[in-house]
Amino acid sequence: MTCLANFAGLFPGRQTPLRPVGPQALHIEHTLVLVFAITTIVYLIVMAVLTVGVVRARTKEPLPVPLTPDPSTERRASWAVGIALGITTLLLFIMLIDSFRTSHQTAVLAAQPAMKINVYGHMWWWEVEYPMDEEPYRMVRTANEIHIPVGAVVDIHGTSRDVIHSFWAPNIHGKKDLLPGYQNDLTLRVDEPGTWRGQCAEFCGLQHAHMAFDIVAQSRKDFDKWYVQQLTASAEPTTSEAAHGREVFLTHTCVMCHTVRGTSANSHVGPDLTHVASRSMIAAGTLKNNRGNLTGWVANAQSIKPGCRMPPNPMPASDLNDLITYLESLK
Amino acid sequence: MSEQRAVMRLEPVLPEKEQARAAQLAEVWKEPPGFIGWFKAIHHTTIGKRFILTAFAFFLAAGLLAGAMRLQLAFPESHLMSPDLYNQIFTMHGSTMMFLFAVPMMFEALSVYLVPLMLGTRQIAFPRLNAYSYYLYLFGGLMLFAFFFVNSGPDRGWFAYVPLSGPDYGPGKRADIWAQLITFTEVSALCVAVEVVVTTFKLRAPGMSLNRIPIFVWGQVVTAFMVIFAMPGVVVASTMLLLDRTCGTQFFNPAVGGDVLLFQHLFWWFGHPEVYIIFIPGTVIVSTVLSTFCRRHMFGYLAVILSLIATGFIAFGLWVHHMFATGIPQMSESFFTAASMMIAIPTGTQIFCWIATITTGKVVLKTPMWWVLGFFFVFIIGGMTGIYVASVPVDLQVHDTYFIVAHFHYVLIGGAVFPLFAAFAYWFPKMTGRMMSEKLGLWSFWLFTIGFNVTFFPMHIVGLRGMPRRVYTYPAGAGWTVLNQIESLGYLFLFAGVAMFLVNVWRSLKRGELAGPNPWQAGGLEWAVPSPPPAYNFLNLPTVNGSEPLWDAAPDQPIVTGLKEDVREVLTTRILDAEPEGRDEMPAPSIWPFLAAVATTALFIGSIFRPIAVSIGAIPLGITLIAWFWPTREESERRRKQDIWQTE
Amino acid sequence: MADGIEVQRRRALDVSALPNVVFSVRSTTWLGTVGMMFIEGGVFALVVAAYFYLHSRTEHWPPGFLPPDLFWGTINTIIFVLSVIPTEWYRRRAHHGDLAAVRIGLILASLIGLANLVVRYFELRHLNCEWSQSAYGSVVWLLMGLHVTHLLTDWVETLVLTKLFFSPHIEGKRFVDAEENASYWYFVVLTWIPIYLVLYWAPRWLRS
Ligand code: HEA
Ligand code: HEA
Ligand code: HEC
Ligand code: CUA
Ligand SMILES: [Cu+2]
Repeated sequence: MTCLANFAGLFPGRQTPLRPVGPQALHIEHTLVLVFAITTIVYLIVMAVLTVGVVRARTKEPLPVPLTPDPSTERRASWAVGIALGITTLLLFIMLIDSFRTSHQTAVLAAQPAMKINVYGHMWWWEVEYPMDEEPYRMVRTANEIHIPVGAVVDIHGTSRDVIHSFWAPNIHGKKDLLPGYQNDLTLRVDEPGTWRGQCAEFCGLQHAHMAFDIVAQSRKDFDKWYVQQLTASAEPTTSEAAHGREVFLTHTCVMCHTVRGTSANSHVGPDLTHVASRSMIAAGTLKNNRGNLTGWVANAQSIKPGCRMPPNPMPASDLNDLITYLESLK
Repeated sequence: MSEQRAVMRLEPVLPEKEQARAAQLAEVWKEPPGFIGWFKAIHHTTIGKRFILTAFAFFLAAGLLAGAMRLQLAFPESHLMSPDLYNQIFTMHGSTMMFLFAVPMMFEALSVYLVPLMLGTRQIAFPRLNAYSYYLYLFGGLMLFAFFFVNSGPDRGWFAYVPLSGPDYGPGKRADIWAQLITFTEVSALCVAVEVVVTTFKLRAPGMSLNRIPIFVWGQVVTAFMVIFAMPGVVVASTMLLLDRTCGTQFFNPAVGGDVLLFQHLFWWFGHPEVYIIFIPGTVIVSTVLSTFCRRHMFGYLAVILSLIATGFIAFGLWVHHMFATGIPQMSESFFTAASMMIAIPTGTQIFCWIATITTGKVVLKTPMWWVLGFFFVFIIGGMTGIYVASVPVDLQVHDTYFIVAHFHYVLIGGAVFPLFAAFAYWFPKMTGRMMSEKLGLWSFWLFTIGFNVTFFPMHIVGLRGMPRRVYTYPAGAGWTVLNQIESLGYLFLFAGVAMFLVNVWRSLKRGELAGPNPWQAGGLEWAVPSPPPAYNFLNLPTVNGSEPLWDAAPDQPIVTGLKEDVREVLTTRILDAEPEGRDEMPAPSIWPFLAAVATTALFIGSIFRPIAVSIGAIPLGITLIAWFWPTREESERRRKQDIWQTE
Repeated sequence: MADGIEVQRRRALDVSALPNVVFSVRSTTWLGTVGMMFIEGGVFALVVAAYFYLHSRTEHWPPGFLPPDLFWGTINTIIFVLSVIPTEWYRRRAHHGDLAAVRIGLILASLIGLANLVVRYFELRHLNCEWSQSAYGSVVWLLMGLHVTHLLTDWVETLVLTKLFFSPHIEGKRFVDAEENASYWYFVVLTWIPIYLVLYWAPRWLRS
């Protein structure tokens, strides 16, 4: 049954609950399909009975005198209603039990040892941390792109730095709100390598529409490589443009909001840019990460994502050019 | 001491005398004339009509806003509208539809107009309060739109979650305006709820014992009780929000012990029952229209009443199903899933009883009946998707996506707007004295039904394809574009359907066939009076012999006599068995309720800007209220002479 | 008939002997007041629920404050409880149209209300918290504020009614109003008891 919907090609994509790539989304899909099947059949039967009823009871007389229905018809109708209610109750119980079972199945993962990732919702981007218990000061910090090993159990600890957001990557699992003052955990596992998209699902203001993220599920080997790379401080500029670009970066307002590890920029208002060039998208899934987009973004983020928390940065074209060169070197 | 009982007599019927009585009653009950008179009017049919017109105007306005949203969403990455404007528009749409259209229309407007007529009395209980609640509602709505037009419309969604709407993230006055809109509409709805309950408890025609109260009235009473128990939730939530924003309290600030979920619990304590406050009046319209056009008493009267009551109760055990994603403990999630699914049983009971009424009756297909059939077709789809989202795991996937938008438009429009159009077609002749055109009626029915499904069905799919709700735009490659365009196209049909309805109203008002008192040969007491009803409703107050009084009346069904006809007097009856037990004089028209509403409005709006306005504004409000209740000397003297005190 | 014309007759239920001055469940005014009490009672109940909800979300209760001082609150509670005696007296007399008794009762009620308000002023000064310091303070002040509002409106209503009872407007309806005023006072008293327990005793019992 699962493939029914897929077969019809109705639900392609990297952001749909109907193309599950993890055990939890799969369980949920089963419940969804069961509920779909039951309710659709019941609906069709109810509509059929109704239609036949109307057609048979229809009268052409303008407004006949009110009827006094005879008791035997009434009795039969009462039986029919009673039976229908019995069936309804039974079907509801089936769906209820199945729903409980799925809730349980999606929760059991939490009992397994897991890799921890902290996710913080911001207006309107995602801050991601990979804490290391042994060396709390060395940790990978990135934004809007969560790398995980395929098949590994991952524990997302979510909270918010401002208003309520909701973390939702439908191919993997249902959503979980990130609430200020609370920490909510979401344990998940991805079994199929690929880049799965997620999006903020709780209305959070002006740019709620542009608050997406990617979950990159990769082989353990690739993941380790990525992880080690992210742990290192930022690359030293190798060209003079890039060196000037860093100059620009460090002398502009950028440092008031961003971190580039290995430089004096150490602020957490905006995303950590230490490895910004390694990410495939910028501005929480709004733009592809390429030179043109990056330039446009740094020059005037407001024209791209009106209301976002990064101000426009007017500067001479050459400075901007070098700044971008520097940013692009931050692999 | 004479016995204080009603006695049965045989009385001659003298047509000339009846005419004189009618003239006398018309004089006593008439609304005051002139421009000022307009503000003094308090008869329930007058106020009821104003409620209906106002609520419908808000429906049109919110429907136009929906058009703006559909235009914006017709193209990906569209820059037609700024996110700021879009957020205001969807908030205005949702808030207007829920607080200024659906609840006032389905509950307040219809029950104010119809309940006293259906109960066989001459006036609603507390008519001045009724006028007051209308003006408050009107002013609340006008305030909302006035601020919207100066770019200060609320923009935090129709449930304005904190902290987004709180002092730190909700700059300006927008969230305050939302909170005050709530205050206006809740005070108004609460007043009407009390009126409806007391009217039904005390002003029923003799003989209308509990098991003969029309289903429509039962539904409105259940709704009134739900209003009474649910509204305090939103009163408290919006008050706390307003205090946090204007007085520096800390209810929702986690840094000092506040809690953001507290708001959600309080809001949905109200918000869930709210949807049944909208839906139950819809169901009882369906019951009423069905029994008329199936030409029989409702099948399973008792079962239907019990279902209404059960729905009213269970509705208070569901609120958490709007909060499944907040990470509340699994135990309570399971409870709320179970409760949410169980509510399908009373609704199912009603649906099966309606189908039984149809199959065992004789179906006459007139416009109202078509709308009822449309209700079945549409509402049940929405009810079924309600079952999807009642399941926690499924809801975690579809919560806050367009699947939810599809669910609630199917239930809201299916469960309230379709029955409402049935109600319009059905009671229009009663209110105006003229029939509506069948042909135009069918046109608007089909345009609306087709348009509705074209607009909202694809939302299920686009939601399952991952599109969140409340986004002002979406990326081009996500597979959402075509579906959104279909939805926007459907809007045009919806628009045409509603426009056709307006044309029909316009033409019928001028040229419609004269209706006479009972064009549908229906059984309710409202059909016993002329169309439109005179100011005194009933020339002779009726007595009642069954749940469809006109069908069940005995050939010599008695009438009520002996009420004073030189003052506005009504008969009161006992709560359970509707035996006559007293006479009550209704207040005369007065300007004070209107002035009190003006004073209240000044207080509410002032308090948005300066908390001190509450204390200052209380003074004129107090004065208007005292003037409102202050009797005139002649009245007191006249009454003192005629008072009969209860003896036991 | 004398002139030989057949006059049709119909059955009619003559209600002219029914009373128009009725009390308690028979009176619409009284029922309307009860409806309002349910609404306001619901508001109180939800704020109390919010109080305990916030408590469940906080480690120390009250968070860094002393609980409100018992003295004035307890005084007021005693006044509230004792006020029931004159109130019940004039409520019963109202049923019999006893003008003198109701006049005395209303004057007493006005004085008691005034006493409550004066003591309430001292209560407010001994809550030991600010509404802007923490959610605890906010909810304490909200509960108190709501009750003060009820006290104040009921007091004004009592004054107005007292004035009416010394005016030429005496009639049956006034006595119904007097009963309704007494009932509403019971509501004010009845809601105070749980609020008193919550505001003054809950922080002592829940202290950690
Ligand atoms: C008129 C309004 C109305 C009505 C009647 C309903 C009816 C129901 N609703 Fe809906 N609901 C809304 C209006 C309404 N809802 C709104 C406005 C929201 C969104 C608010 C927002 O977020 O903005 C919402 C959201 C909402 C949610 C939260 C979703 C989310 O945000 O994630 C849930 C979850 O449980 C839910 C469940 C239900 C259920 C179980 C019913 C049931 O009552 C349905 C029962 C009916 C049937 C099931 C059909 C008839 C029955 C039969 C024919 C018998 C046979 C049936 C079976 C065997 C299944 N609704
Ligand atoms: C009873 C309630 C109700 C009703 C009837 C409707 C009716 C409609 N709704 Fe609404 N809707 C809500 C309640 C309702 N809605 C709520 C509560 C929300 C959630 C808000 C939130 O998230 O906070 C919502 C959200 C909502 C959204 C999602 C917004 C978002 O999440 O970003 C959309 C999108 O398409 C939408 C569309 C529509 C449409 C097309 C109609 C149509 O059916 C409208 C049909 C009406 C017309 C077509 C009017 C025709 C007008 C005329 C003919 C005018 C003539 C003019 C004059 C005489 C001056 N609605
Ligand atoms: C006032 C704070 C602030 C300043 C100053 C600022 N930024 Fe940002 N920046 C942000 C925020 C907040 C975001 C995230 C915006 C979003 O996605 O909504 C961001 C995002 C970015 C991104 C995209 C990162 C990603 O992974 O999506 C880049 C690149 C960037 N900023 C570069 C710069 C540069 C270069 C400067 C200086 C010239 C600068 N910023 C100045 C706050 C700031
Ligand atoms: Cu963050 Cu929506
Ligand atoms: Cu609900």
